[in-house]
Amino acid sequence: MPTDIPWITAIGLVPLLGVLGVAVVPRGQDDLAKKVALGFSLVSLALTVGLIGDFEVGEAGFQQVESHQWIAQLGISYKVGVDGISLVLVALSTFLVPIVILASWHQADRVRSYLGLILALETAMVGVFAALDLILFYVFFEAMLVPMYFLIGSFGGDRRVYAAVKFFLYTLFAGLLMFVAILGLYFLSRQQLGAGTFDYEQLLTLDITDGVQKAMFLGFFVAFAVKVPIFPFHTWLPDAHTEAPTAGSVLLAGVLLKMGTFGLLRYSLPLFPDAARDFAPYVMVLGVIGILYGALVAMVQKDIKRLVAYTSIAHLGFIVLGTFAFTTQSQVGGVLYMVNHGISTGALFLIIGFLYDRRHTRLISEYGGVAKTMPVLAGAFLIAGLSSLALPGLNGFVSEFLVLVGTFSRTKTLGVLATLGIVLAALYVLIAYQRTMQGPITVEANRHLVDLSLRERVVIAPMIVLIIALGVYPKPVLDIITPSVESVLERVGETDPVPSVEDAGFEAGFELGSQK
Amino acid sequence: MVGPVSTLALLEPTTATGVHDLLWVLVALPLAGAALLLLGGRRTDPWGHLLATGVSAATFVLAVSSFLRLTSLPGEERAVVRHLYSYVPVGRFDVDVDLLLDPLSAVFVLLISGVGTLVHVYSIGYLGHDPDRRRFFAYLNLFLASMLLLVLADNFVVLYVGWELVGLSSYLLISFWSYKPAAATAAKKAFITNRVGDVGLGIAVMLMFATFGSVAFADVFPEVGTATTGTVTAICLLLTLGAASKSAQVPLHVWLPDAMEGPTPASALIHAATMVTAGVYLIARAHPLFEASPVALDVVAWIGVVTILVGGVIACVQDDIKKVLAYSTISQIGYMFLAVGLGPAGYAIGIFHLLTHGFFKALMFLGAGSVMHGVHDETDMRRMGALRIAMPVTAVTFVIGWLAIIGVPPFAGFYSKDQILEVAFEEGRYGLWLLALLGAGITAFYMSRLVFLTFFGTSRVAKDVHPHESPSSMTAPLVVLAVMSLAGGAALNLTKDGRIAGFLEPVFGAAEGEHHAAAIPAWGLTLITLAVVLSGVGLAWSRYLARPIAASAPVDVAAPVTWARKKLYFDTVYESALMRPGQYLSRALVFVDGRGIDGAVNGLAALVGGTSGRLRRVQTGFVRSYALGMLGGAAVLLGALLLVRT
Repeated sequence: MPTDIPWITAIGLVPLLGVLGVAVVPRGQDDLAKKVALGFSLVSLALTVGLIGDFEVGEAGFQQVESHQWIAQLGISYKVGVDGISLVLVALSTFLVPIVILASWHQADRVRSYLGLILALETAMVGVFAALDLILFYVFFEAMLVPMYFLIGSFGGDRRVYAAVKFFLYTLFAGLLMFVAILGLYFLSRQQLGAGTFDYEQLLTLDITDGVQKAMFLGFFVAFAVKVPIFPFHTWLPDAHTEAPTAGSVLLAGVLLKMGTFGLLRYSLPLFPDAARDFAPYVMVLGVIGILYGALVAMVQKDIKRLVAYTSIAHLGFIVLGTFAFTTQSQVGGVLYMVNHGISTGALFLIIGFLYDRRHTRLISEYGGVAKTMPVLAGAFLIAGLSSLALPGLNGFVSEFLVLVGTFSRTKTLGVLATLGIVLAALYVLIAYQRTMQGPITVEANRHLVDLSLRERVVIAPMIVLIIALGVYPKPVLDIITPSVESVLERVGETDPVPSVEDAGFEAGFELGSQK
Repeated sequence: MVGPVSTLALLEPTTATGVHDLLWVLVALPLAGAALLLLGGRRTDPWGHLLATGVSAATFVLAVSSFLRLTSLPGEERAVVRHLYSYVPVGRFDVDVDLLLDPLSAVFVLLISGVGTLVHVYSIGYLGHDPDRRRFFAYLNLFLASMLLLVLADNFVVLYVGWELVGLSSYLLISFWSYKPAAATAAKKAFITNRVGDVGLGIAVMLMFATFGSVAFADVFPEVGTATTGTVTAICLLLTLGAASKSAQVPLHVWLPDAMEGPTPASALIHAATMVTAGVYLIARAHPLFEASPVALDVVAWIGVVTILVGGVIACVQDDIKKVLAYSTISQIGYMFLAVGLGPAGYAIGIFHLLTHGFFKALMFLGAGSVMHGVHDETDMRRMGALRIAMPVTAVTFVIGWLAIIGVPPFAGFYSKDQILEVAFEEGRYGLWLLALLGAGITAFYMSRLVFLTFFGTSRVAKDVHPHESPSSMTAPLVVLAVMSLAGGAALNLTKDGRIAGFLEPVFGAAEGEHHAAAIPAWGLTLITLAVVLSGVGLAWSRYLARPIAASAPVDVAAPVTWARKKLYFDTVYESALMRPGQYLSRALVFVDGRGIDGAVNGLAALVGGTSGRLRRVQTGFVRSYALGMLGGAAVLLGALLLVRT
């Protein structure tokens, strides 16, 4: 039973009010500021639950659409709404924020700015996923950079400034190319629709010639490819992930990277379907390279956060591959993968954060045998790691297998190559687990570690619960995602390959082009 | 282009009723047990092991009732499905969690829960002094749930879920004493090796979906005849890759000997009686596919025979009692592969050998654990000897296991192994038969060597070690398994077309009746086998009982012995051909990543904005670059707007 509550605006606005709330807390009352921030983020989460309650499962289109004129002369409007794809990502964002706030409870340095930045980030995240106007989207997309820049640059590790600047410049410049393409779309809309507009749904009706499609596709693609990041645009990520404070790492991996893959699915494919089809084989190859490259490089990292950062490159490679394989399974798998990666990698960064709080080092060689002193942490680490290596029964498997099965039905060669990634994933997860948690205790400081506190357990428990629940019974989420993905595919003009007993040779080429 | 269409009518499963409605409990109960013990933590220490054992026993009782109800149904109705829920429904890819009980899964359910319960009981005493005993029992329960899910699945995706979850249980149990680096490394090796096989199984599932549009047994098997032989062969070879890794067959057997780092009861249950035979189950389950691909069946049979010999030869030179048993397990599963690789004539016999092996190998592993318990965790047989005096129950039951595995009538292994050889011969596969016969001789040699070194001859135990018999919670399971190893073969299968084959017939179909007039009659083959076995025993007697044993392994030995001690160089080759190049590749990529890709970017930045060194040293200068960025953005924005306005 849909209600009239403007859920989406409320979800995005509450954190912004939270920034004000934190700001008015008197200096010196850090605990109060934390409680205020947590309170606002929990309200936002509760509102998200309301939004999900009002969401009509099975509908492909946008729901809960709110539209208001903003700059009428330029055809810019405040228009937000969610379909199945953006709904799960909004939910992921508002789920992770209270968790990282609670995880940062020991933060003592410039607490109010720290919390304000996290809450401001939340507003931008919700905005990116819910925006239905391209200028609005662009504003949120770029605005997100600012709080993240300060989170890394002010609260990060030793090389935080280098990492922050790198992150900022990379994504800012890449975004500018997208902005040019957005303006191009506006220009076209003036020609074709009479009045210029940035309204996403109206822009979908444009008839764009092949060459222009390709140019605009590339403009969007570079912006998203850097954000994802797709190989070879990835080198900002290990630095940013590693130097960011725990909350920053969790939100970077959990949500910010998904802005890239979400953008590809929301904008690149439906707006430029012909170009997307033309470029698909190349993008898929980049996805597979990311899977294998990220995993191989992850394996030999000495810094545990850097290791997890490189695994993200591998995981996001799966999402990109699935998105451009143009099958229901691979794309639904890709969207679910965004959620699952946010949970499992988020959990890994939280757990590493717990370790870092105790030992103040990220060097793998500084650990070893920790399972003996911190069995609960080790257990959580193992479950999150197994989710990362896509162990069946946990969430990662469902999404990864869907991506693989869909990709394989499109192109066997890439499907097989990507599947090799599961061996590498097992290697990097188990190597990391063995070196940190198993074996004898070699560093004296690890002999007296105290296992997770109640607060820390409360932080990690929801992640573990979701890892298992989404692994055992993913259907409710799949049902939300599938119709929206099907409409993207329809828009791109691709249908699932029909199972065939005829010939299953391992052809080397791509079957995509022939489907036109 | 069309392979031989399966001659048998596939069982059409009906909806489960009565006690079969509770099939889900078989999986849920041990899963709940594991969850309770893991989440409950130390609070459950005092009674955790008892709860887990009770759960296992209850599972066994339910398994027996389910089995009895199944046998009460007419042959063609002995397949029931219990629908649970829709798991992954996306477009055409629609996977349900459904459980299928038919004669094949039923015998596995009995074996898993039966041997599982005995191992639970045994472990109460074996791990009595271990502070983490509860965790061990939680893992055992987790294993039960996973393995039961594997064999009860009615489609390949849920089977795959169980398949990897037993791998997880195995990982957890091998690394149970994870503070030992060797245990942690062995666990990792097991998981990774199995992942290599999982790639095969995974791609097989994808290929099935791309070909048949489904992954359910009931959809795929009837359609096998419509696919090209090439596709079916590809699917089967991929399944074989998965099966070979899980069942430790050459060349993916290397993880199993290392897995002996785990506690001995886990070795008995998982790495001998049940999990490692999952590959045999997979092939038997997918037999409609394999029947359409003679090539794949041949590959399976030859993998089996090669593994019989590789495992047997290496077992001959091991001094660690558990390592002998591990290589023996590898070798014995080779017999099962050989059997199912022989096609319709061999499926039921392969399963039969799987069952008898489950009895006698679990018996001997638990016996080895009992020995280790009695001699203060010593595993080197050269420091044992004459233990029959101090450990009579262990010795007698172990001897029964020994007679069973080498195939002395009327012990269990005689029936099953003899029939594998017989079928190989009757099918005209003389090469396979001859090598498997040789394997029987080798088996007799290394197992006799083990028994003589451990229980007979003169005592070589260290002065401060006083061997003693194990508590009754450990010896009672030995006695039960000894009875099974003694009588199980005859009870299950008095003749070739006997009970077990008859029970499995609805699944596998009747073995084709075209009996070639074999050149040698069955009794003649049996006599040949027994003669070979006897020479193996005799050789072991002459070398290990008739003369004194050196306290350490002799160094001055023939070249083949050295090869065998080096485990026939499989690990060496993998180390130098895969692991080291892999590490080099990773390191090279790290270099490329830092100097090449990132370097190019930083270089570009240096070109644009000064030196990269300055970029790193930007401490307060950030505002400037930020402003610059904003300025640049604004300029582009303005320019673009102007452009649009024109």
